[in-house]
Amino acid sequence: MDLLTIADKSFSSRLIVGTGKYSSPAVMVQAHDASGAEMITVAVRRVNISDRSKESLLDYIDTSKYFLLPNTAGCYTAEEAMRTARLGREAGLSNWVKLEVIGDEKTLFPDNEQLVDATRALVREGFVVLPYTTDDPVVCRKLEDAGAAAIMPLGAPIGSGLGIQNVNNLRIIREFARVPLIVDAGVGTASDAALAMELGADAVLMNTAIAGAQDPVAMAEAMKLAVRAGRLAFMAGRIPRKLYANASSPVEGLVGR
Amino acid sequence: MRISLNGDPHEVEAPLTVAELLARLDIDARRVAVEHNLVVLKRDAFDRTPLREGDQIEIVNFVGGG
Repeated sequence: MDLLTIADKSFSSRLIVGTGKYSSPAVMVQAHDASGAEMITVAVRRVNISDRSKESLLDYIDTSKYFLLPNTAGCYTAEEAMRTARLGREAGLSNWVKLEVIGDEKTLFPDNEQLVDATRALVREGFVVLPYTTDDPVVCRKLEDAGAAAIMPLGAPIGSGLGIQNVNNLRIIREFARVPLIVDAGVGTASDAALAMELGADAVLMNTAIAGAQDPVAMAEAMKLAVRAGRLAFMAGRIPRKLYANASSPVEGLVGR
Repeated sequence: MRISLNGDPHEVEAPLTVAELLARLDIDARRVAVEHNLVVLKRDAFDRTPLREGDQIEIVNFVGGG
């Protein structure tokens, strides 16, 4: 069995999906089912005090089936992110956190300096920390040294759908990473997810690529298959790239020669 | 007394515990996390945590996100 193991938990699916931006809870539920994912991300936000009519997200998530990974999306300082992580731990069922410390509003690129600090501090508090970071090998190594349970470099900006922008950085990160490598953000379509896995990522995390597709349920299934296909191709070991042709059929025994 | 609730001023009658505040707001305590003056409360502490004038309360829950 080819399991994804992070900290003390193992998953048979290598696709992690989000819960944001769906047109309805029903579509989200179907998409989650079609994705085969076992871990899903959620955000932590203030309860609307004046309007209590809205249903809770948890009404639609079977927590016996899905492992919840609270994020600290939207936090711009290590302190904010740590407060949010502690609240997420109390609201949820685990000490896991997808750590985001955003450094720029337009690109949503992380503030890696504060990210490393927050990772170190939360690990000390007993959290299993999965930090969202840039595809910078040096930062990824610092996050590992700070005790991150996985490293989650972006493929491209969050929600951009641009696909893997820096294949070579991901290859370098793959070479040294001792903790699971999860490509988080930037996936637009199935081939992007397959490429991430072919490069040796241990998992892929996405939200918009599925939730924003014209048919989110069909895209969720496409992503499931792409992640699986990419993983199998990585394990199988691809052929080297060559500039010129190399015949597949025998060059001897040709008729008339 | 006046407390700060999710960043806004909020008038409540004293004495009041966190558990009572949640009940009054019609909030299911099992679905939320509460921060009291920057300290996250354990759920079983809600009914033994009294509110005082000027307290800062944050009540959060899970919403969709990536």
